[in-house]
Amino acid sequence: MEFFQHILNALQFGSFYALIALGYTLVYGVLRLINFAHGDIFMVGAYIAYFVAVLLLGGEGMHGLGLSPALTLAITVPVTMILTSLVGVTLERTMYRPLRRKGADRLYVVITALMAGLMLENGNLALLGASRKSFPELMEKVVWTFGGVSVTNLKVVVIVAAIVVFVLLEFIVTKTKIGMAMRGISYDKFAIPLMGIPLDTIIVVTFILGSSMAGLAGILYAMSYPILEPYMGALIGWKAFIAAVVGGIGDIRGAIVGGFLLGFIEIGVVAVFPSTLRDLFAFSVLLGILWLKPTGLFGVAQTTKI
Amino acid sequence: MQKHTFTISLFAGIFLLTVLAQFGVINQYLVSVIMLMGVNIILSTSLNLVNGYMGEFSCGHGGFMCVGAYVSSVVTVLCFSKNHILGAPLLPPSLALLAFPLALAAGAAVAAVAGLVVAIPSFKTRGDYLAIITLAANYIVISAIDNMEIIGGPRGFMGMNATVNGMEGLLDIPWMLLWVLSGTVFTVWLLRRFVSSTLGKGVPAIAQDEIAAEIMSVDTNRMKLIAFMLSSGLAGLAGGLFAHILGYVNPHSFDIMKSTEVMVMVYLGGMGSLSGATLSAILFTVLLEVLRPLEIWKWVVIPLLLILLMQFRPEGIMGNKELSDLFPKLKKYYSFK
Repeated sequence: MEFFQHILNALQFGSFYALIALGYTLVYGVLRLINFAHGDIFMVGAYIAYFVAVLLLGGEGMHGLGLSPALTLAITVPVTMILTSLVGVTLERTMYRPLRRKGADRLYVVITALMAGLMLENGNLALLGASRKSFPELMEKVVWTFGGVSVTNLKVVVIVAAIVVFVLLEFIVTKTKIGMAMRGISYDKFAIPLMGIPLDTIIVVTFILGSSMAGLAGILYAMSYPILEPYMGALIGWKAFIAAVVGGIGDIRGAIVGGFLLGFIEIGVVAVFPSTLRDLFAFSVLLGILWLKPTGLFGVAQTTKI
Repeated sequence: MQKHTFTISLFAGIFLLTVLAQFGVINQYLVSVIMLMGVNIILSTSLNLVNGYMGEFSCGHGGFMCVGAYVSSVVTVLCFSKNHILGAPLLPPSLALLAFPLALAAGAAVAAVAGLVVAIPSFKTRGDYLAIITLAANYIVISAIDNMEIIGGPRGFMGMNATVNGMEGLLDIPWMLLWVLSGTVFTVWLLRRFVSSTLGKGVPAIAQDEIAAEIMSVDTNRMKLIAFMLSSGLAGLAGGLFAHILGYVNPHSFDIMKSTEVMVMVYLGGMGSLSGATLSAILFTVLLEVLRPLEIWKWVVIPLLLILLMQFRPEGIMGNKELSDLFPKLKKYYSFK
């Protein structure tokens, strides 16, 4: 029975990684850019969710509107997703696009992304101080027990959310016109504008999709582990990025598989060994996978023409 | 004459600094800033070999520094100080002067071997995927040391001061300053000799076009092996010096933040420029000290500066040129080989 409990925990953890990894992989798939600021966009998402929830719910020394928790949740989710995607789009408009216009090397964009992430982290720390914020409870905890395995409703919501987001994104990318344009840009960035496709609009849409997923992950994470601190995005962001690469970056299925794989490895290690060994094992396994299959599980090796 | 001016002025500079520090003309704070500067120069020039000259994107330099720091610290603590786990000192303190460079070399050697973790996968993969491998290597090192209770785990490791005291017991001069300065000079000299040698020309060849380099009979795998091991070994040297300056190491001071700092120095100075990496390491250390009153805002201002740099001068301060390329008249006064 303990075994199933661990599987559930692994699914929950994997869902967070998968949701964040999707944002990395979407942007990479379209722009060939590792958006290193994405982990911090996730952190900003959690903070936005906190402020929206406190504003609506009241408490924490704020008066707020005094709405009921259920209504607050219903409003917080879309508002947070919109505001977080605004953050992502702002980064793209102010930092990545000017560089792209100048035709700068990919590397400079990567460094800009890394620095933008640092700015978000430390700007948050400087503005809000080092005190941790505790997220208000928006969903009454319900525990279902099936023959010794207990499931909270929150866990179910997290796992279902990850799967729904995956199906939705897979649909958008493979079945819609915008998705076709996204795939086109990743295939040939120079021919696509000649076909009458607005390059910048499609890239903005990509950032909106990726960042709103990070915002969603932020809310769900804050609800599951209700302590917020400015550096929470760094470690989980790096891990999600590694998950995306292990799955084969640029591939949506890869992000989901990589995210869940990382979740299973981490929970599996904690179940058998002391929990301090978690990172060591997780990263070693991932390193091993990359040694054996350097382009990730779903990645396709790029051939260079001479 | 111009053949020797650089060497002479360099050694005169080191001598002058040591004398000034010895007689207390420059205070302890300034001395420690200069030592940090030296460590940063070693770090940025060594990472420049991989990220600049070879055109890879290694973001785990802090991990190799950590390996070097711990190995050399364990060696010196084992030899010269009383530790409740590692036991009584094995050697008398009078041997400290002899053993310290050996300990540093041991740290550098083990760090170079750790560099294999990154070097071997680099045969098959490059670019973003190699970046992840370096990142994972950094996390693995930190996490492994976190789990070694015998060397303190997450609480850190100390006791290196006994070695420094042992050296000062022999002759009371600022030994650490001397070691750091000579380590810095050694690193820059070694890298300069390497990249301008016939063998070392293979490294920028890989950056430009790996397949073409292969056709031109550059053994790319061997070059990558040498470049990664040299780079991580020198990072280990920097780590050993850093540990003995502070007298205390903690695995979390070598995490991804440290690696980012080193990357900032490399890209600030310009990829593929040794004088650029040296200048930016000096500039960066000074900047960190000058901006100290800003406290946490410092870490907002520095990334912002780098973002602006990327927008307006993406090739860094020096581009891929050396100081003597930018100011040809300088060649009259010195030649640096």
